[in-house]
Amino acid sequence: MTGRETVLEVENLTVSFPTDDGLVRAVRGVGYELRRGEVLGIVGESGSGKSVTSMAVMGLLPASAKVGGSVRFRGQELIGAPDKAMRAIRGGRIAMVFQDPMTSLNPVHPVGDQIAEAVRAHNDVSASAARERAVELLAMMQIPRPRERARDYPHEFSGGMRQRVVIATAMANDPDVIIADEPTTALDVTVQAQVLRALETARAATGAAMVLITHDLGVVAGTADRVLVMYAGRPVELGGVDDIYYEPRMPYTLGLIGSLPRLDDARRGDRLVPITGSPPSLLEPPRGCPFAPRCPMRQEICETVEPELLTASASGPPPASPSGHLSASASDHLAACHFSADLEGRRPEDVFAPTSVDNAGGAR
Amino acid sequence: MSPQPLLSVRNLVKHYPVRGKGLLRRTTGDVHAVCGVSFDLHRGETLGLVGESGCGKSTTGRAVLNLQPPTSGQVLFDGQDLGTIGATRMRRLRQRMQIVFQDPYASLDPRMTVGNAIAEPLRIHGTYGQDGSDRVRELLGTVGLNPEHGNRYPHEFSGGQRQRVGIARALAMRPELLVLDEPVSALDVSIQAGVVNLLEDLQEQLGLAYLFVAHDLSVVRHIAHRVAVMYLGRVVEIGDRDALFDRPAHPYTQALISAIPLPDPRRERIRARERIVIGGDVPNPVNPPSGCRFRTRCPKFGQLTEAERTACVEQTPDLVDRGHGHPAACHYAEVVAVV
Repeated sequence: MTGRETVLEVENLTVSFPTDDGLVRAVRGVGYELRRGEVLGIVGESGSGKSVTSMAVMGLLPASAKVGGSVRFRGQELIGAPDKAMRAIRGGRIAMVFQDPMTSLNPVHPVGDQIAEAVRAHNDVSASAARERAVELLAMMQIPRPRERARDYPHEFSGGMRQRVVIATAMANDPDVIIADEPTTALDVTVQAQVLRALETARAATGAAMVLITHDLGVVAGTADRVLVMYAGRPVELGGVDDIYYEPRMPYTLGLIGSLPRLDDARRGDRLVPITGSPPSLLEPPRGCPFAPRCPMRQEICETVEPELLTASASGPPPASPSGHLSASASDHLAACHFSADLEGRRPEDVFAPTSVDNAGGAR
Repeated sequence: MSPQPLLSVRNLVKHYPVRGKGLLRRTTGDVHAVCGVSFDLHRGETLGLVGESGCGKSTTGRAVLNLQPPTSGQVLFDGQDLGTIGATRMRRLRQRMQIVFQDPYASLDPRMTVGNAIAEPLRIHGTYGQDGSDRVRELLGTVGLNPEHGNRYPHEFSGGQRQRVGIARALAMRPELLVLDEPVSALDVSIQAGVVNLLEDLQEQLGLAYLFVAHDLSVVRHIAHRVAVMYLGRVVEIGDRDALFDRPAHPYTQALISAIPLPDPRRERIRARERIVIGGDVPNPVNPPSGCRFRTRCPKFGQLTEAERTACVEQTPDLVDRGHGHPAACHYAEVVAVV
């Protein structure tokens, strides 16, 4: 494909965890390409495998996890790469921001030292130069009085500030990729706005591409160029952000959008359209489409043949991406549904019933 | 709507003592969790109580049910002052007011079948009797679950279904008021929508009044008739749902609404640029700022003249209508559309 250079390439990634009850197949065949400077949003509900995917990319899964497929960073294979090679990339070329900043920060060291440590781990600089860089990074993250605050411990910061400290650490080495895993989930909305702005600052300063993992379709809408929707460990739809939100070609995506209450357009009479039932067990995923048991459009084939992620019907001219540059992939719209063409022009309420009942067997 | 509100909260104050670490654990200060909150709730109506962590919305919900007796102020339920009626009458009154908690995993006993969990309030109030099991089946049906599943245990249900069991249990005594404390926050969106629909149906069928405590403004806009916005223990703005969301007059309400990203990429690209991002964090409620509690983070405060600021620092703004159609507690309230 022409266009900008691909920095991260994930191909047919699979992750399974052996348990006493059998093999839990958490991720089955995820693939995406991330181009320089691009933001890819990965959305899905709890248990969809979106976080495990990124942990696998970073090589952070426990040794018991069985990881298959391929992850290439600038052409270099990361799956099965020796620890030493991974250490050079992790935190240096690929940085990560987790949901809970207290799991990334060490409570017994001042935050300035921790940022400086990240700088020195990947650069041959003096301790004082690293500390200077830490103060500079804190200032970029809008931490007031950065020189004094660098000497404070994590518990002396509020949740939003801690997350900004983590983002400062992530951008310390000018990474090519930042993976942000639910970076704002535990935060209040006004603080979420601060952290999203900080992430944007970090991205602008480093020119890094970003993988933004979240369950919040609002956060992705304003930030991502492209979106990957995951369900039960499978990628079920991938496309430009406008395609995913306005022209979804997978019933699950359509259902997700229909189930959201809207802040801007609310008439109380209007019913939300939920998706009934729950995601399948990952222990024994069903044979056909994983969404079939909850899908109002299912037919016989859905229960026997798992649909592949294929190009969905073209829909008008490719939209420009929010960051202004045209990426070749923005026009590629892939969906894993046997009947994706039937979804053209259909609204959530055309497909799903606005029910208030949820009496399926239960028991996951 | 009936002229007398079902629930009337007057000047509610709830302080928690902060104790020192010494042997005597002397009280060294107070957490000002709720400071002078007043509102009315009518039968069949939903009042959304929104705000960020620590604003006192849950404490208000619990004080309303007398689960945590208020430090001062009055809670009138159907005209009766909960603070003075005494334990016996309070117990009878409790049948008419119930609460649904956020976490459907923590609020159900894992070793009790859901049927027994729903029957428990009936047994406690001595109304289980002959047709108790029929009532339990009926309640399961009412909340959209299979009536045959009463003998199952909580772990056999999904999160959304468990929350429905919590709602069925709250409905067992045929209450008139439900305090819903973040009832859908722990649920995935596709599941959340079904529970929101259920709550709307139940209100229509049973004429329930809801005090809907939540931090998610999108859900509140969908479900509430009126909305009260809280900040650091005080109500800063209250009004009809559309008035509040379309014409917010308090700078905090504006910042709060503006901060919420919409699941709409085209609009979000524009909104992201115009977003009101307020700095800092909620101040410590042990020592809240004088005057207006929002002034330390207020974007408007920065644009005021020195003389104008004096009012913010020295006078607590009253929650009154300053000509915007609904009350807002800001000396310099001004409508700004932010959605």
